[in-house]
Amino acid sequence: MGVVLPTDDVLVDGLRAGDEEMFACLLNGWSGSMVRLARSFVSTAASAEEVVQDTWLAVFQGIERFEGRSSLQTWVYRILINIARKRGSAEQRTVPWASLVPDRDPTVDSSRFRGPHDQYPGGWLAFPERWPSTEGEVLANEVRATVAAAIQSLPIRQQVVLTLRDIDGQTADDVCALLDISTANQRVLLHRARAAVRSRLERYFAATGVES
Amino acid sequence: MTCAELVELVTAFLEGALDPDTERRFIEHLAICDGCETYVDQMRRTVAEVGQVEPESLSDETRDRLLEAFRTFPRE
Ligand SMILES: [Zn+2]
Repeated sequence: MGVVLPTDDVLVDGLRAGDEEMFACLLNGWSGSMVRLARSFVSTAASAEEVVQDTWLAVFQGIERFEGRSSLQTWVYRILINIARKRGSAEQRTVPWASLVPDRDPTVDSSRFRGPHDQYPGGWLAFPERWPSTEGEVLANEVRATVAAAIQSLPIRQQVVLTLRDIDGQTADDVCALLDISTANQRVLLHRARAAVRSRLERYFAATGVES
Repeated sequence: MTCAELVELVTAFLEGALDPDTERRFIEHLAICDGCETYVDQMRRTVAEVGQVEPESLSDETRDRLLEAFRTFPRE
């Protein structure tokens, strides 16, 4: 995961006691997901930043009452969603997550597979090329930049689910509960997001021509 | 199970969410198909690479404002 944070007990104590260094760590670790999450409810990036800001102000107010029934992160994200929903409906922007019907088109272009009249219908025409390892620092940085750009270009809901799952490390159940979506829809969004990032990496490795 | 079908089930497979029969067919296919083996490896690798991405940040203004608000928040 991007940022390693202490346990919830330590975080909560830190927030209550006004530990600035720890709060800065939390901002670094969670802001990306929080902005994306907010952006899935409101209409502009600026509006999403304000939602994140209002969320933290509400957290400062409410942290004394945090009882640890969920993880701190889930608790904070729920506050954010409440604030973002209100703001989204004021902006008349909200398409509720629950009403979402994810796109189920193939995630790998059908031109990669043999046609219905082939001897092996649905088989690879050519196998995917193996990727090189990225042990070198330069290559690792480039790969990271490629992945970051790929995430950024995903539809917002895919960004949100991918970030919560694969960067924040939340469980599928947590994400479904947080966003109020079905297990199946969560998985479709996650799968589409991962497949799109994979395909971007594939193009990157093909273009750099690094031998595996 | 064809390769085109398998690639759509990778996330469900990694989550352990396939029904037993589909999971068995998935694994049987994987055992004999280098293309799909590579594809599944690449999806795993993708998940790992996504986990390495630096989280994005707020604008400096919002960040500074929040740090200031935290510093000056009235506490007992
Ligand atoms: Zn195959």
